[in-house]
Amino acid sequence: MRAALAGDGAAYNRLLTALTPYLRNLCRKACARVGLAAGEAEDAVQETLLAIHLKRHTWDSTQSLTPWIAAIARNKIIDSTRRRGRRAETDIADFEDVLSTPPEQEDFEREQEKQDALRLLDQLGGKQREAIEAVSIRGESLKIAAVKLGVTEGALRVSVHRGLKALAELYRKSQS
Amino acid sequence: MKTDQLIAALTADNDEKPAPMRRAFTLDLALGLILSVVFFFIFMGLRDTFFASLDQPRFLFKFVFTLTMALSGLVLAWRLARPGVRLGLAGWAVWLAPALIVVACLAEMATVPRDQWLARMIGHNAMHCLKCIPLLALAPLAGLFLALKHGAPTDPRRAGAAAAFAASGLAATLYAMNCPDDSPFFLAVWYILGTSIVVALGWFAGGRWLRW
Repeated sequence: MRAALAGDGAAYNRLLTALTPYLRNLCRKACARVGLAAGEAEDAVQETLLAIHLKRHTWDSTQSLTPWIAAIARNKIIDSTRRRGRRAETDIADFEDVLSTPPEQEDFEREQEKQDALRLLDQLGGKQREAIEAVSIRGESLKIAAVKLGVTEGALRVSVHRGLKALAELYRKSQS
Repeated sequence: MKTDQLIAALTADNDEKPAPMRRAFTLDLALGLILSVVFFFIFMGLRDTFFASLDQPRFLFKFVFTLTMALSGLVLAWRLARPGVRLGLAGWAVWLAPALIVVACLAEMATVPRDQWLARMIGHNAMHCLKCIPLLALAPLAGLFLALKHGAPTDPRRAGAAAAFAASGLAATLYAMNCPDDSPFFLAVWYILGTSIVVALGWFAGGRWLRW
């Protein structure tokens, strides 16, 4: 994390990637506790990663990293499962059978969730969405993506940053 | 968007450096405080007897009390601004200022005849005090909220209340230079009432605006 904060992108990528299984495990457990399908957990994982990224300056580099990450994960997972739990409750009200969830429905929910993530991205403004899609889904570097989109690298960087902030905001708003 | 795709986007964004917490905190607080100081000197100012009172223990105690409030609130808000930081003694330190007031009131009871207690408690301008402390607290509170918003308080309501306590302490420090009443009885009722209003405001505002 120290190297990442000093600007080492590769180290940052390694850190986030190494963190993900640990977060996924936490999120699955939290989902199981409130009775949500494991597929729902990935959304909480992404929301936590986004929060870790946007709040990385709040880590005091003289302290150990674990309590900081655990506190963020705890906060985000509670928010996320609470929100999805509420949504699941309304789903359950629609379907008569409360206790036994048929497998088809689980698939259906997973499909819903994919659409959700896409919808969040769709709600972003055009420039921000393009920028994020380029560096994430197509996995291009800032430099290449900037050439393709015909903007300067600096402008693209700003779009990515604003887009990520807006995504976090969208997550937060869909809570209330 | 898959998770590894999100990570790619986050990595691409790593060059965008957010301001360090310490700097954000200092800057935002300083701005808020300067606004209040300017407001104080334009609309209120030092009381006439300010310099003549500098050797009176009751007058000086007001500042010991208000600065204790400000400092303990600031330390607590600073800790609450970042995830996973232990509060340690900071959680208890906010009770230091109220404890000081209790001790000072006991001392006042021992030295002042009973028939003057009520007059000292009511003072000269209680309503003015009730208005001024929240008013002077607004700018530092806004500054601290900006700083907390830049941070990541995992308990937004408590962080908001701690910021409000600190802002009230700063506001009360300014107001004490204008206020003609020096008795601990007066502080115990009106300063604490004014502070409570601000802290309640900070608690609710924190729950509303400090989520992230």
